[in-house]
Amino acid sequence: MSLFSKFDEMRARIDSLVANGRNPFDMRFERILSATEALVEGRPCLLLGTNNYLGLTFDATCIEATVRSVHEAGTGTTGSRIANGTYCDHALLERRIAEFYGRRSAMIFTTGYQANLGLISTLAGRDDHLLIDADSHASIYDACKLSTAEVIRFRHNDPEDLAHRLRRLKGRPGNRIIVTEGIYSMLGDSAPLREIAEVKREMGATLIVDEAHSLGIRGKNGRGICEDAGIESDVDFVVGTFSKSLGAIGGFAVSDLPDFDLLRVVCRPYMFTASLPPAVVASVTAALARISTDKSLSARVLSNSGRLYSGLAQAGFEVGPEPNPIVALKMTDKETAVRFWNRLIDRGIYANLALPPATPGSLSLIRCSVSSAHTEAQIDRAISVMVAVGRELHILDQRPGKTTVRTA
Amino acid sequence: MTNNCGNIEAEIVELLAGRVPAGVHVSAQTQIVRGLGLDSVAILDFIMDLEDRFDVSIPLDRVAEVQTIAELSRAIEALTRAAG
Repeated sequence: MSLFSKFDEMRARIDSLVANGRNPFDMRFERILSATEALVEGRPCLLLGTNNYLGLTFDATCIEATVRSVHEAGTGTTGSRIANGTYCDHALLERRIAEFYGRRSAMIFTTGYQANLGLISTLAGRDDHLLIDADSHASIYDACKLSTAEVIRFRHNDPEDLAHRLRRLKGRPGNRIIVTEGIYSMLGDSAPLREIAEVKREMGATLIVDEAHSLGIRGKNGRGICEDAGIESDVDFVVGTFSKSLGAIGGFAVSDLPDFDLLRVVCRPYMFTASLPPAVVASVTAALARISTDKSLSARVLSNSGRLYSGLAQAGFEVGPEPNPIVALKMTDKETAVRFWNRLIDRGIYANLALPPATPGSLSLIRCSVSSAHTEAQIDRAISVMVAVGRELHILDQRPGKTTVRTA
Repeated sequence: MTNNCGNIEAEIVELLAGRVPAGVHVSAQTQIVRGLGLDSVAILDFIMDLEDRFDVSIPLDRVAEVQTIAELSRAIEALTRAAG
């Protein structure tokens, strides 16, 4: 048995995808033209699958801060914070993140993946119990693997099921740590955090919320679904990423707990990796300042999201449960999803192809992520192309103006 | 194998019959990951249904340890006994 034979199934899957069109795991952008367009196969392509929610990747202030930082502090830190030192700008960004969330402390990580991996695996020790939403991101599942705690899944967005599973632990020692996300990355549905916080209070658990897809978008001050739901004081740790709304890379965790900073010397995914390069820190600091003062960004991304969501729903597509910057179209089967995705690119639109097992409920999805940088004309073009492809593939009724959807 | 474990096993096999792709035969010795024709998420979702059916939580590390339906039945039986 060869070393790679355990991946035979994956190889067959990719071969089959390539035989039917492009390889979705190796999508090439020949040139990035703007926050919403790239050159693909020699032609301009509308980017509708980037998570660039606030369109800040080309923000002039962020670029200027990045360039200045490279000149002043160099290209990389070449080591970890605990072994090789902290730059003043790392500490400054941590203060800014803590202030943004109105929290006592913040810690930044080299990626959002590492923020979840580090925080969750370090907090949950032997005899503790991690209760994670069944539709959690891979970084949460991987954190669970790294942790020595017992891991129990609860049904997606189901506070009663969570309470039931917590009750089953009655009489057993150890901390109960609930992990949920603000907005889920595949269907764009948000968590019922008010009810989850109630369960947390009632059962005496710790609550971690990953706001990766809601930072800068939801909540009066852009603090996400926790702020929207008015339960920030019930949340012990908020985790997030700099790679989506803030247009760079990195992750963070914030908390009010007094011992939070101890994590710096016990959290291995923080300790044993190089820290964020100064240019990234500068860019994120500038982006955070922008979203703290410019509320038009969140207003625009929500308005664009609503436009795409309602346009597709009215055309007859089956979409996710609520309008958020992630708008998912449910396809009838994998083959249709693959054809749909390829035809969108043929017509200059890049969205994400999301297939099982990366999706909840074995759904085959076309996943769109909307940006505040999209124009209404771009959103309308995307709707019009998707409707045309939907008709060609018999997902929608073929007659113009008809909105009947064909079910699987 | 205790009688209780045998009952759990029979029930799992019966529940799976409606979930696996056509042509897949399920028995106590069927390998869960390779033999059911279900992807990893579908397997975890099925295990969640079993948790509800037998009113027991099966931690993910226990799920990772079991390979066959018979082993899964024994794990559920042991967890039920420990909880009871």
